[in-house]
Amino acid sequence: MTAFADPHQRTTGAPDPRTFILSVPGMRCAGCMGTVERTLSALPGVAAARVNLGDKQVRVTTLTDAAPLIAALADEGFDAREMDQDVLASDKDTEGRALLTRIGVAAFAMMNVMILSVAVWSGAEEATRALFHWLSAAIALPALAYSGRPFFASALTALRAMRVNMDVPISLAILLAAGMSVHEAWVHGPDAWFDAALSLTLFLLIGRYLDHRTRRAARSAAAALTALEVPRATLVTETGTVVVPTATLAIGDIIRVLPGARVPVDAEVVEGRADLDRSLITGESLPLSATPGTAVAAGETVLTAPLTLRATAVGEDTSLRRMARAVSVAEGARNRHVALADRAARIYAPLVHGLAAAGFLGWFIATGDAHKALLVAVATLIITCPCALGLAVPAVSVAASSRLFRGGMLLKSSTALERLAEVDAIVLDKTGTLTTGSLHLDHLDDEAASVALALAQSSDHPVARAVALALDGTQPATLTDVCEIAGDGITAIWNDRTVRLGRGPTGTELGLPDRPAMTLTPEETLRPGARALIDHARAAHLPVTLLSGDRAGPVRRIAADLGIDDWRAETTPQDKMDLLADRARAGQRVLMVGDGLNDAGALAAAHVSISPASALDAARAASDAVLLGGDLAMVGVALSVARQARRRMLENFGLAATYNAISVPLALAGFATPLMAAIAMSTSSILVVLNALRLRAAR
Amino acid sequence: MNVLVILIPVSLALGAVGLLACLWTLRHRQYEDLEGDAARILLEEDDGP
Repeated sequence: MTAFADPHQRTTGAPDPRTFILSVPGMRCAGCMGTVERTLSALPGVAAARVNLGDKQVRVTTLTDAAPLIAALADEGFDAREMDQDVLASDKDTEGRALLTRIGVAAFAMMNVMILSVAVWSGAEEATRALFHWLSAAIALPALAYSGRPFFASALTALRAMRVNMDVPISLAILLAAGMSVHEAWVHGPDAWFDAALSLTLFLLIGRYLDHRTRRAARSAAAALTALEVPRATLVTETGTVVVPTATLAIGDIIRVLPGARVPVDAEVVEGRADLDRSLITGESLPLSATPGTAVAAGETVLTAPLTLRATAVGEDTSLRRMARAVSVAEGARNRHVALADRAARIYAPLVHGLAAAGFLGWFIATGDAHKALLVAVATLIITCPCALGLAVPAVSVAASSRLFRGGMLLKSSTALERLAEVDAIVLDKTGTLTTGSLHLDHLDDEAASVALALAQSSDHPVARAVALALDGTQPATLTDVCEIAGDGITAIWNDRTVRLGRGPTGTELGLPDRPAMTLTPEETLRPGARALIDHARAAHLPVTLLSGDRAGPVRRIAADLGIDDWRAETTPQDKMDLLADRARAGQRVLMVGDGLNDAGALAAAHVSISPASALDAARAASDAVLLGGDLAMVGVALSVARQARRRMLENFGLAATYNAISVPLALAGFATPLMAAIAMSTSSILVVLNALRLRAAR
Repeated sequence: MNVLVILIPVSLALGAVGLLACLWTLRHRQYEDLEGDAARILLEEDDGP
């Protein structure tokens, strides 16, 4: 077999400590954090457990596997997922640290230069002023060169591609301010703008850092969910079984999959009989029975009995990966969305440069004094600095994302918030998104209920679990000789007679002695918050469409129950994708909420998309946002938070524009001083941030 | 004005101390879990970091 040379391979010999990162979205407070750390530390083999509450993750160093850790947390009521080991390696956040270091340097330099500037403003004379200007230059120039690098680099990249982004006017303002100030110091002039250049850099770096922080939090949490894709598989060899990373499997390898686990690669059943849950792949709610020879696809869950499989497609060739690739093609269209800040920059940059150029020409023609004309032009560029503009969007995004994160929603894409605010229609998937499966059991009498519960409790089959859940609170009957036949049902002896819970001609049946078989009709219940979401849509006049791969009957029932007039049943993944593409062509901006592989294409084709955390990787990968809790009402909240965030962003642009409307005429008239620039810059930035913070209280 | 010869280096040195302190906190990962560190103070038992 091919997998033996792999360094990650684990055998049963003496293990050494390994580090896992678990994503625990349920942690919200100090109490939860204490419980999680205490629970994990008490487990045998665990050397250390440290929670990061901000990221909702816990880092565990242990001698054991991740499974017992997850089980222990589940007992405490926390849903935990293992994160991909690759994420662990890239977890260092060097970019964030570099930005913080730059902020530190810029703040240090700004404060010192500001002290010197205050002396100049309050009337320092000739020699002292020149000394202070040169001192400022000595501090400011290296600090600007170091701290301003992100802007210079980005502006250069944009210019090389013949584009103009926000960083071009920023870099120009910083460079001109520094250059002009050196010249002023040289000629012993009255005004140097070093402090303005530094505070501009500092405020913009803060905006950049806020932006980076939001994106990283979302990215690491979204990456946490990739672990659903079974990073390891149990390989069967001549000498026994070994656990290997899925990536090392080859076609023809024999693997074993235990009940409750997902099939790691596309394969064919060699041995065993079991039911498979493929609801995430196709949207079907009923399990499929697999026997030797049945082809199974990566991502399906084995329910009843262990299966031995022979791999038929691995790595990039599995059906799951092929689907993911198709989705990434469909996603291309959406990535063309232009962020609000960039659209602002496209108007702003030419306007400001035009004004500065006009100021220069006007003064030069009127007075013939090139030096004075240049001073006016530079003052205009500095005083119109996109300080508030640079903070306008990131400050709002940070406030809005942290508001959504507290409610259990992760934004994966940086423009998701803006696109959410534009939504004018909603398309919902049914199975797994709007509904969860359960059973109709009201017709069972006490005796039947107690036997059914006892039978159901002895199995892990989803139907059995649903029965057990529905009958919770009933006293279970005492059974002996319980026997589960994979793909058929459970039998047992009760009062010396045989009883059975299992597959019948029309659904799941309960068989009791001397009584006709009773059918347990599957019934779908709405997820919590489904009604609240529909109510929100109605209040906001958003048309709702129900799009399902399921049969017409259940779809009609759910649609009627929720009051949705527009529904379609038995749609194929292609139908769904086409419908979304048609809507997009018609100019509609659709929010798609879905969870299955059959939704992945539609999720990618939608203007913006959300999937629950229980969704398949391909669906989550295609979505802009992931809903960690099960509560659909959060989707409605997200829509209103996004609309409020958009309003705040526009208000912030308005604030920045008002400030410029006042300061630009002053600068053009030649009245602008460095003191004015310092005051105007800080007040406008603080106003913008305060306005953004109003979002934190948003409902 | 001769006092400037002392005061300016002093002010710069003080600023530098602040900057170094900031870099030190950065190196000791004090900004990675602001929420968690704020909550940790409420926990009874002291496990140490």
